[in-house]
Order: sequence, then structure tokens, then C-alpha cells
Amino acid sequence: MNKSGKNTGKKIPIFIICVLLSILSLMPFVIMLVNATRSTTQIQQHAVSLIPSTYLLNNMKILLGKSFNPGVGFMNSLIVSVTSTVLATYFSSLTAYAIVVYEWKLKNAFFSFILAVMMIPAQITLIGFYQMVYKLHMTNNLLMLILPVIASPAMVFFMRQYMMPALSLEIVQSARIDGAKELYTFNHIALPIMKPAIATQAIFSFVASWNNLFTPLVLLTDQKKYTLPIMISLLRGDIYKTEYGCVYLGLSLTALPLIIVYLLLSKYIIAGVALGSVKG
Amino acid sequence: MKKKKANFSYARYGYLFSIPFVVAYLIFSLYPTLYTAVIGFTDMKGVGKTTFHFLTENPFANFQAVLTSPTFQKAFGNTVFLWVCNFIPQLCLALLLAAWFTDRRIKIPGEGAFKVIFYMPNIITAATVAILFNALFGYPMGPINDLLVRFGIVAHPFNFLIKKGIAQAVVIFIQTWMWYGYTMIILISGVLGISLDIFEAAEVDGANGWQTFWYVTIPNIRTILLFTLVTSLIGGLNMFDIPKLFMLGGPDNATTTTSVFIYNLAFSGTYQYNRAAAASMIMFVIIVAVSLIMFYMLRDRDEAKEKAQIRKVKKINRKQNREASAK
Repeated sequence: MNKSGKNTGKKIPIFIICVLLSILSLMPFVIMLVNATRSTTQIQQHAVSLIPSTYLLNNMKILLGKSFNPGVGFMNSLIVSVTSTVLATYFSSLTAYAIVVYEWKLKNAFFSFILAVMMIPAQITLIGFYQMVYKLHMTNNLLMLILPVIASPAMVFFMRQYMMPALSLEIVQSARIDGAKELYTFNHIALPIMKPAIATQAIFSFVASWNNLFTPLVLLTDQKKYTLPIMISLLRGDIYKTEYGCVYLGLSLTALPLIIVYLLLSKYIIAGVALGSVKG
Repeated sequence: MKKKKANFSYARYGYLFSIPFVVAYLIFSLYPTLYTAVIGFTDMKGVGKTTFHFLTENPFANFQAVLTSPTFQKAFGNTVFLWVCNFIPQLCLALLLAAWFTDRRIKIPGEGAFKVIFYMPNIITAATVAILFNALFGYPMGPINDLLVRFGIVAHPFNFLIKKGIAQAVVIFIQTWMWYGYTMIILISGVLGISLDIFEAAEVDGANGWQTFWYVTIPNIRTILLFTLVTSLIGGLNMFDIPKLFMLGGPDNATTTTSVFIYNLAFSGTYQYNRAAAASMIMFVIIVAVSLIMFYMLRDRDEAKEKAQIRKVKKINRKQNREASAK
């Protein structure tokens, strides 16, 4: 009796703090979405309002009349993110399979190497990468944003940690006895077993690639090749300086798809973050 | 005999299946790393330049120039300052929330929804977040000024972002705001991984919530705390998107981080690829040092866990013995 009373007394302040933190997390996005529908004059009078206005289409017209083209950015980002997610998860699983299933001489050295380099961020070697790509005249080629993910040491490490207990070598053996080729065994037996790990890594690979600013900012100079984060950076420029409604609309257009997808998949994403920490 | 032969022929698939990774790594990671290192010793600068000569008089001239550059020193200082100031509140908040959300004695309504909301800022493109906050702190009529004036906290709109301290504080706030949810989820999963028996033993011993948290929870998630520290530190040393787009590194370089410094050096003004490469290599060395710590940590992790478990059991046994003898 006494105990439960004490705990309810503790529950209320905790709940209030959580509500306040939630407001803090959501408020910037609410202001952004509401202001996307308000005119610049309205925003100048009162920048915070919870009531949407009717200037959405008007803002859209001004926004698209200038260099900001969210459609192009969206498509480019989608191409880069989808292909790099597919390549990263497939080849990381394959590399992990090579480490887990086969006994080969350099295996341990290879795995130690992966452990050693997995924390090194790509951004630190960008000068050399840029010079290499520039010499090849590939700076505006989206492939240069995609192909590097084939070697994702951190993901290989995660896949290996997941595969060790999940994939029994007996299954691989029996597939061999049935006459299956090695790659066929990987594609049709190992990959399906790896599905939960692949789903987790796919989400993070997709988000990382979608949000990446540094590499595209250095490589892409052609407006038609711009990915979404670079499109967003245009909103920081002088041409939108006085068009407040437009800037909020531009930001909303880039954030809204992510927010929707996140809310739909939040259960898996949160579980994925937790899984990543336990395994990694 | 037959089996041995079979094993021998399978080994080559190990090599075969590693080839895509190795090739991609050689081309897109190793070569650029070495190339960056080489450029650091050359005179390569000027837009679109691809040819270079090695520096003959003083091969380390670029490194010296970077290390003695006041802007680099300031940028490095900023990077460390911004990281430390965001990591401490972020970790404290995450620990507190993790302790609350895993406390078996209290069930907070809407726990799942709170987790989803706290993590949300992390998933949104950092570029969007940076420009959004720039708009929120706008002068004279940004939303923050609007709120402050409306509630009578200040009489006139305040131009926040020309003040260095405030610009830094906002960057720190954004980083904390974006990352505490992530850290919280990691810590929660760490706490949930602790064996229930330990908590029960603490409860039997009459430990209150705070004691349980301090003497049972924290020591048991030590490795996860270390993991959080190292990953956050490496991320912090590369901080780019927020400082770059929030205030373009300003005012007066107050939010210039080393990544922003490197970017500006190489891709604006006089396009000093050589100096930027030298600065990159300096950061590379620092990050490799941090990674090595991580490497040893991961290797000794299971061993450390085992030791902790043994200590725990001994402690509990001692306690039980004491209780038994007291009776």
C-alpha cells in the first residue's frame, strides 16, 4: 500500500518531464509544418502559430520558381539510397559469410583488419577521394556515392556477430550434399536466415545515405545531380532570405517523408538501434 | 581423407566471397587514404588542380602550417568543446531516462510513445535541422524571439546569432537534442541485458532506486557506456553538417569545427588541397588512436564481463553470509 503510493508520487514528475521533453522534440517540427502554410507577412507578425493558414500553394509557387527543386533531389537521393542499401547489405552479408562459414588462412587477419578500420570515418580521406574521382571525370556521377558502400566494415562486423549463432554449419553442409552451389546456398539459405539483421542494417544504411551531406557536397556540382541534403543547403542561400514561408515549406518537404516513414517503421527502428548496441 | 580434400576446396570460397569487399575497400578507402597522405606532402593547390610536386625544402611544411594556424587551433578547440558540452548533458539525460524506463517498480504510461518521440530528431536530415534552427533563432522575427517577446521575457527581439557564445550554445543544444534519444535506447537495451537476479538480489538487500542505479546498473553497463563514449567521440570529431549549415562556421569562427575548416580550406578560397590533406591526416591519427582503444575494448569485452559477473556473485555471497550470520 505504502509502496504503491510512493511510486505513484514518483510517476507523476517523471511523466511531466517526459511530456516536456516530447514537446521539445516535436515543437520545432510543428512550427516548421505550420509556417509552411503561412505567408511571409504572417510569419513576420507572429512567427509562432499553431493554426495553419492558407498560403501553402502560394509558398510552393515561389519555392519552385527558384533553384530549389525537391523533385530532382528526392529522385537522386532515392536512387543513391536504395542502390547503396541493397549493395551494402548484400555484400556485407557475403563478406560475413566468407568469415563465418569457411576456414581459410587469412580469415583471422582479415577479421582483425575489419575490426581495426571499422571506426574510421570516410570523411577524413575525402581530399584523396575527391582528387581520384576528379581525375576520372566522375565527380557528377552518382555511382561514386554508391559503390564505396560495398566495403562497409562496421556492417560486416554486425552481420558476422549476428550470423555466428544464427547460421548453423550443418545446414550449409546438408545443402552441399544436396548438390547446391556455394553462392546458391548463400543466396537461398543464409540470406533468409539473416533477414532480421539485414532489415536493421538496411534501415540505418538507408538513413545514413539519405542524410549524407559531406561527400555529395564535395563531389556534385551539376544541379541535376543534387541529392536532397544539397538541395536543402540551397535554402540557406540569399535567394530565399526574405521568403520565410518558402524556407519552412522547403524544409517541410524534405523532412515530411522521413517523419512519415519513421512513424510507420518506428517499432522496428527503435528495436534496431537496441539490437545494434547489443551486437556491436 | 575425402573430407579433408573437400575442406581444402571450400577454402577458396572464403577468398572468393571476400573479393568484392576487398576490391571496393582498396579503391574507395585505402587508395584515397594513402593519396590524402601523399597530397599532404605536396604543393597541390588551386581549383581543379590535379598535378603536384613534393615539397623538397621542408616535407612537413603543410603539417607545420596547419598545426600553427590559429584557425585550425581554434577549430580543434571548438570541436572538442562542442563535443564535451553536448556529450555530458546528453549522457546524463539518457542515463536518467534509461533508469526510469527500466525501473521495474514504476511503469510510466506512454513509455513506447516517448521513446519514439525522443529518437525522432535523430532520423531527420541534419541539414534540415541546421537550417530549421537557423530560422527558429531568426532576427528580428524568428519563432524564438516571437515567444520571448510574447511572454514578456524580453522587451525587444534579440539578435542571438551574432553572439559567439549563443551560437555555440545552440549548436550544443541541437547536438544534444538530436542524440540523447539514441543514447537512451542504447542504454536501455544495455540495462535490459543485465540479469534479473542481480536486481532481485539488490531488492532483497533493501537497496532503493538510486542505490540500485548507482551500484548495480552503472557498473553492469560499463562496456556499453564506453562504446557510447567512443562512437560519440569519433562522431564529434567529424562534426560537420550542423555547424556548416547552421551558422556557416560563424560568427567569427565560433562554430567552425575541424571538418568545416578542412572543407573550407580545400573547396573554397584558394583551394589548398595540400593543407586540407595535412589537416585530414592529423585528424586521422587522432581518430585511429581512439579506434585502437575501441578495438581493445571490444576484444576484452567478454573477459571483462566474466570478471564482473564473478565479482558480483562473490559480493552477493558475502552479503548472504553476513545476513545468515547476523540471524
